[in-house]
Amino acid sequence: MRHAALKVQFDSLEQQHEASRLGLWLFLATEYLFFGGLFLAYTVYHLLYPQAFAEAGKHTNLLCGSINAALLLTSGLTMSLGVAAIRRGASDISALWIGLTILLALAFLGVKGAEYADDIHKHLVPGSAFALSQVPSAQIFFYLYWLMTALHALHVIAGVGFMLIVLWLAKRGKFSPQYHSPVEFAGIYWGFVDVIWIFLYPLLYLLDRHT
Amino acid sequence: MNALQEKLAVEIPAEDYLHCEHGLKSWLLTKDHKRIGLLYLFSILFFFALAAFAAAMMRAELLTPKGDLLIPTDYNKMFTMHGVLMVWFFLIPSIPGVLGNFILPLMLGARDLAFPRLNLLSWYLFIIGGFMALHAIVIGGVDTGWTFYTPYSTTYSNTHVVEMAAGVFVAGFSSILTGLNFIITIHKMRAPGLTWFRLPLFVWSMYSTSLILVLATPVLAMTLTLMAVERIWHVGIFNPALGGDPVLFQHLFWFYSHPAVYIMILPGMGVASEIVTCFSRKKIFGYEFVAFSSIAIALLGFLVWGHHMFVSSMSAYAGAVFSLMSFLVAVPSAIKVFNWTMTLYKGSISLDTPMIYLLGFIALFAIGGLTGIFLACLAEDVHLHDTYFVIAHFHYIMVGGMVTTFMAGLHYWWPKITGRMYPEKLGQLAALILFGGFNLTFFPQYILGFLGMPRRYHAYPPEFQIYNVLSTAGASILAIGYLMPAFYLVWSLRNGKRAGPNPWGATGLEWKTSSPPPKHNFHETPVVTEDAYNYPPLID
Repeated sequence: MRHAALKVQFDSLEQQHEASRLGLWLFLATEYLFFGGLFLAYTVYHLLYPQAFAEAGKHTNLLCGSINAALLLTSGLTMSLGVAAIRRGASDISALWIGLTILLALAFLGVKGAEYADDIHKHLVPGSAFALSQVPSAQIFFYLYWLMTALHALHVIAGVGFMLIVLWLAKRGKFSPQYHSPVEFAGIYWGFVDVIWIFLYPLLYLLDRHT
Repeated sequence: MNALQEKLAVEIPAEDYLHCEHGLKSWLLTKDHKRIGLLYLFSILFFFALAAFAAAMMRAELLTPKGDLLIPTDYNKMFTMHGVLMVWFFLIPSIPGVLGNFILPLMLGARDLAFPRLNLLSWYLFIIGGFMALHAIVIGGVDTGWTFYTPYSTTYSNTHVVEMAAGVFVAGFSSILTGLNFIITIHKMRAPGLTWFRLPLFVWSMYSTSLILVLATPVLAMTLTLMAVERIWHVGIFNPALGGDPVLFQHLFWFYSHPAVYIMILPGMGVASEIVTCFSRKKIFGYEFVAFSSIAIALLGFLVWGHHMFVSSMSAYAGAVFSLMSFLVAVPSAIKVFNWTMTLYKGSISLDTPMIYLLGFIALFAIGGLTGIFLACLAEDVHLHDTYFVIAHFHYIMVGGMVTTFMAGLHYWWPKITGRMYPEKLGQLAALILFGGFNLTFFPQYILGFLGMPRRYHAYPPEFQIYNVLSTAGASILAIGYLMPAFYLVWSLRNGKRAGPNPWGATGLEWKTSSPPPKHNFHETPVVTEDAYNYPPLID
């Protein structure tokens, strides 16, 4: 008999899972290339204007950035534990870990919001009222800072949505050791959100701060 | 047609994919790749007609040296509309969206693509993007050209740049999802026995195209985002006042758009391999070479974007590298042309409509490809850059290559799609008219460009008039070549001869099911036991 979650175009759950997983990885490749444009711009202008970038980089909020790095990396751990739990059939424990991951993600967004408010207060938004206008090209650094972190935050929000759907499916008893693809996929996606931050954190908060 | 086929053709239609469900909703919410392919067909033809109208306006303006039909701004809006609609809303989705969607799962022996719902979403994104672009055109248009170069697009243009870019951005995600769907389908949905080297070459070309769609389009999305943000907030990384570099936009744009040029030819090459074998009754010459040359074109295509910037502040060393890399693309392209020609050699050739289109394509692609080498040559490009030579070159590839093979493929698979044959004599005539009209339109533009006429101007010195008149005359003939199929193909829907499952006697799984195919393509999953194009040996 065909499993209820097996779509008509596939022959087996295994084929369906493998196809979907490969599709997700490919989708994440497009996400990395999407961010790639920004990383390229950062690299080009960091090479062109090292002093301006060093000066501007000292004005990002190191404390908020570091707390967020800790929150997000911890959420990576809780997400992995959630995936491991569902694999051995512990559906309730898995839901608990995923719920904790959501809380950590929300905490990340809260800290990020507070940091943005602080940035605005310090006139670190590019434009006519920009605080560091005496440093040419510092605006480019902060322009990239805003775009990169805002785009990352959008992906965090999408990840929260993804995990909420997974929780809802789990609550309706859709998962079993044989079929729990959405949990695995939420885990893979959350890894991507982590990895982007692992690059953003040193580029925007740590680089050149010692000079 | 033998008695069995006749019987099948009569029996099947009641349950084929066109008749299994009825009503508008069954089309707009369909997850059937075949119906989605038809949705794409109607949509891209709509955009093609609009873009062709813009081209007609330009050709009419250029009949006389003086600018007397359109004011310069309107002329700029016309070529922008033509470029944006043709590139993103016709060429890129043409063969992948229509023929790829329809034929690919059939060729693989699959019931559908791996992600049917995602496939429908692709079409909706395409339509939403298309209407956003149309909206930008209707409320006043855009005059930046399809390339949106900064700083003109970010600072100086007074037209609806952001709306247009947003439309392209959304349509880009349609491309990404289609590419993703194809790649996963090819990896995971092949019928038993259908190994990679038994795949029809159309599948290889779709795979290469999809690689580009998936890997290049996100960069375009980011580039357009950066451009739009800069236009809206007047702060950005392309703004020289802050130390930004407008040429960086060109690098990012062409990192997408040069590979995208190959999105606009690789699918055509795939169609060519199907048709050349079928109408020569021969195995393709050098299967592996043709297959890997598609992959090679897709990969090399990512390394040549700099040749669009030979005259925009590129260093001589970078220029030399990009020039050499660009020459290299000629190698896999030439492999294909030689292998198609070798397939024809001593074949049993029949000149049905798809084959006439196909032979025209080989000639046009050879001319378009060879003139590309002129442009990849550093010193030569300084003279030819931004002239009509460039226009002629890429139209030989995109129209002579892609549109010709799209027409070839549409005729070739028409009996599979509709269950009916088109009128053969009219088809052959239209193919010849298209070939003649195309050459008359675009060959004079090579001469114009060589003599120095720049692109994107609505007026020109009187000595160029004769070539412009020839070109406009050719465009009128070309229009007949496009309009004829529009009429006889529609006519054939009701009046065409019933096709039967395999009217061409072709190999390939798509011909093993009824025409039109049933909803899930095959009554039972086919098993493949032989190589592609296994036509019976010819008797000397």
